[in-house]
Amino acid sequence: MRKILIAATAVMLATGASLFGASAADKLKVGFIYLGPIGDLGWTYQHELARQALVKEFGDKIETTYLENVSEGPDAERSIEQLVRAGNKLIFTTSFGYMDPTLKVAKKYPNVHFEHATGYKKDKNMSIYNGRFYEGRYIQGVIAGKMSKAGVLGYIVSFPIPEVIMGINATMLGAQTVNPNIKVKIIWVNTWFDPGKEADAAKALLDQGADVIMQHTDSPAAMQIASERGKLAFGQDSEMIKFGPKTQLTSIMDNWAPYYIDRVKAELDGTWKEEDTWGGLKSKMLVMAPYTNMPDDVKKLAEDTEAAIVAGKLYPFKCPVVDQDGKTVECKGGDHLDDGQMLGMKFYVKGVDDKIPGGK
Amino acid sequence: MQLVLEKRAERSTTIALVSPLIAIGLTIVTMSILFAILGKNPISALIVYFIAPLTDAYSLQEIAVKASPLVLIAIGLSLCYLANAWNIGAEGQFLIGAVAGSWLAVKTQGADAGYWVLPAMLLLGAIAGALYALIPAICKVKFGASEILTSLMLVYVADLLLDYLVRGPWRDPGGFNFPTTAEFDPVATVPILIEGGRLHLGAIITLLVVAAAAVLLGRTIKGFEIRVVGAAPRAARFGGFNANQLILLTFAVSGGLAGLAGIIEVAGPVGHLQPGISPGYGFTAIIVAFLGRLNPIGILIAGLFLALTFIGGEQAQIAMKIPLDVTKVFQGILLFYVLACDSLILYRFRLIFPSRQVSSGTG
Amino acid sequence: MELAEAIILAVLAASTPLLLAATGELVTERAGVLNLGVEGMMIVGAACGFGGAWLSGSTIIGALCGIIAGTLLSLIFAMMTLGLAVNQVATGLALTILGVGLSGLIGAGFVGEKIVPAPHLHIPGLTDIPLIGRILFGEDAFVYLSLALIVAVWWFLYRTRPGLVLRACGDNHVSAHALGYPVLRIRTLAVMFGGACAGLAGAYLPLAYTPFFIPGMTAGRGWIALALVVFASWLPGRLVIGAYLFGAVTILQLHAQGAGVGIPSQFMTALPYLATVIVLVLISRARTGGSTAPAALGTVFVPDR
Repeated sequence: MRKILIAATAVMLATGASLFGASAADKLKVGFIYLGPIGDLGWTYQHELARQALVKEFGDKIETTYLENVSEGPDAERSIEQLVRAGNKLIFTTSFGYMDPTLKVAKKYPNVHFEHATGYKKDKNMSIYNGRFYEGRYIQGVIAGKMSKAGVLGYIVSFPIPEVIMGINATMLGAQTVNPNIKVKIIWVNTWFDPGKEADAAKALLDQGADVIMQHTDSPAAMQIASERGKLAFGQDSEMIKFGPKTQLTSIMDNWAPYYIDRVKAELDGTWKEEDTWGGLKSKMLVMAPYTNMPDDVKKLAEDTEAAIVAGKLYPFKCPVVDQDGKTVECKGGDHLDDGQMLGMKFYVKGVDDKIPGGK
Repeated sequence: MQLVLEKRAERSTTIALVSPLIAIGLTIVTMSILFAILGKNPISALIVYFIAPLTDAYSLQEIAVKASPLVLIAIGLSLCYLANAWNIGAEGQFLIGAVAGSWLAVKTQGADAGYWVLPAMLLLGAIAGALYALIPAICKVKFGASEILTSLMLVYVADLLLDYLVRGPWRDPGGFNFPTTAEFDPVATVPILIEGGRLHLGAIITLLVVAAAAVLLGRTIKGFEIRVVGAAPRAARFGGFNANQLILLTFAVSGGLAGLAGIIEVAGPVGHLQPGISPGYGFTAIIVAFLGRLNPIGILIAGLFLALTFIGGEQAQIAMKIPLDVTKVFQGILLFYVLACDSLILYRFRLIFPSRQVSSGTG
Repeated sequence: MELAEAIILAVLAASTPLLLAATGELVTERAGVLNLGVEGMMIVGAACGFGGAWLSGSTIIGALCGIIAGTLLSLIFAMMTLGLAVNQVATGLALTILGVGLSGLIGAGFVGEKIVPAPHLHIPGLTDIPLIGRILFGEDAFVYLSLALIVAVWWFLYRTRPGLVLRACGDNHVSAHALGYPVLRIRTLAVMFGGACAGLAGAYLPLAYTPFFIPGMTAGRGWIALALVVFASWLPGRLVIGAYLFGAVTILQLHAQGAGVGIPSQFMTALPYLATVIVLVLISRARTGGSTAPAALGTVFVPDR
């Protein structure tokens, strides 16, 4: 009897161990850490779509795994390390808050490669990647400037990080080229994701006279409200036209698939090295949803603006950039602000009537 | 024929010993059914959840790392709950402790301060947590306001305060304006016990607190007072035990422990202050307190067990693509079964037959 | 549409789920049972409500699904706390955790789908009256239902015999039992009513407020509902005031931001919670010797034979 018990335990342990131990030697294991649920219809959803694209592209050559709802605190480091221990050789950590945990784990496992999104720390085996979403914001600003009859934009934002400030500024700069007196109302909802709150914020903005809504939050709630009220809005992260067929003008869609495919290919070929990628419309890191619900001349203007940015002829943050107080910002990139200045942006451009929460 | 619950003449010690096992057994059966419904192999799933994390040193360390703040907070909560004072705001006290301790770390950043920094941070964290917990306690004692709701509301306030601080005044100047303080200096970091792992001094502190609580509750007058005030309030009054004072004391202690857990977590595994430093420790600790039946040793075991399910849950996501929600369902069900089985310690069922039933004239 | 009218409409909508859930919990607590699992019941109601509506194409079926889901979950609570005399605080918390997990599992298949939001009332002539027309005659059924419900509850508690008995169970279950009333059965029904309301409140969110389902969409409203019951001193009239007050603070802080009021947004967001604490204290203070909670609230009751 005892022998049977020992044997059974051994089998059970072996089964457990084999779930983690040496897996099929040829498959490359690729891991993903997600901040939210894959169903968030926003940020995480787009990363998940890219992961699915990887599976389609590489089929049997890779095996992907993901962990969703990983909080950015002490659990993150463990989750990343779990992926490493499960045999993943290339790991994508898809939120800023994972930066330090990724770095710590990267130092511990020099033979594993890490890709961190929207951060700024890197290492020999840790790359960073991000999208030049401000390019899309600029285009949206141009469209909004044309489409807003009231001359007031409504902007729903989460937290005052540089990424978000950049977005507001780029939008305003774009809008100001069409309507120099354009105004913007900003509401900070202090969350990336709370549909009820986003809906409330959209209502408040519309009630206060804004007629075009933009958002830097993740759910389609605002689009939905704008649609109900017959106003216009821009989607965020993914296509939100389902929620506003007559409402969505366009949406900035995160398009991580080409980058991910590139990196996995490099990993498979053994040519992966640490890089710092900040891709824009040109490299298709972001894609604009089709321009809809606007007259043809506005559509053409948007397309032309996009083409100009892609061709490198138009820089959203071209100098001189004047801040809220009227001072001209130092121009470190020649004729436009350089990457460092943009990544650390903590000022509003002229024309924005708001104070950045938490001070400058 | 009716099934009724009736109080036992005295506690059943057999059930007291056996009930956790029955509860775990029932949970395993229920979870197996759930796994089967989800299309996963129940045996493999159970192994991944419970056995696999025990088989390597890394996971064992991580269990300790995860359990440490849970147990620390839960010990404090158990003191409150024993005294019938319901502190639901441990999460807020955790955050406030983290904030207070971090203040010192940020203030002494780069100034090459001495080794006094870390102990001072821990002390600050504990004091701040205690003070924050006294708010709902005082509201209860002086005004009769429900401590459950006041302590809970203060959680949201603490969260937003933390958010404001790391986005504003305490932001790392070299951090591109992202909402986080700079990495804490080494003197402001909790030391690691084993090279290469994350097991830190906090675990030792937790064990000491467990021992202290066991002594307090089992062998001191104060401990006795706490237990009596909760179990038999009238007897306590006759005994001259001051219920109000005990509410204040237990809240302060539990707030202090939660605050301590907060600063340890920030100065240890995380290394800097940022929003979202707590994945709900304050609430999970409430489960731990109940699973451990409000007993220090029980809490230690319950904390380790629950941490095991977290780690196991992550591994299940990786190895078997089982969604994270299943872990939550599991924890809820486990708590239900433990509570249900425990009630059989004090009560039992009896079948009443109609012929023996005294007519009670109920409608 | 004037700004004032618009704000009132927004407040109505925001307060409705709070009012619905709090109404149910009020009845539960008046019967002497403290059910902290409101958030869990609400979110399961949201998942099932959306699922029901999406699968059937009907808001009413969705609402019914939400109600049933909330009720079933509350039954578990009733079995534990009333059938097995388990501690109510612990059970309520376990229910919340279970509910959140279950809703994630149930709702996983529905994420990304969209439904037609609940229709708004439209009476030609009446709805178009400026200023008050849309408020009185142009909202969706849930809003009016929530108001009708609290009125019905008030009438039930204070004008009917069964309501009196229910209150007696909450104030002194021993006497009620001695008088021959089936305390446990009454409490069970009260708990189920609470579950039904919470489920409906949760269903309101994806059926009318934002017509899609996302895990976690209740965002803590269940806890606010609990606070509201205490805030209202367990009185139905005050509950309505409290619910709309909370909704108003939530909406107004957003408007204040949009209008450029320069207070840190975190403080504005914290305002409703701080307000609740302050009001709780003030109300409790106004009474000499503590709050007017049902005296037997939260205590275990095992009928002796």
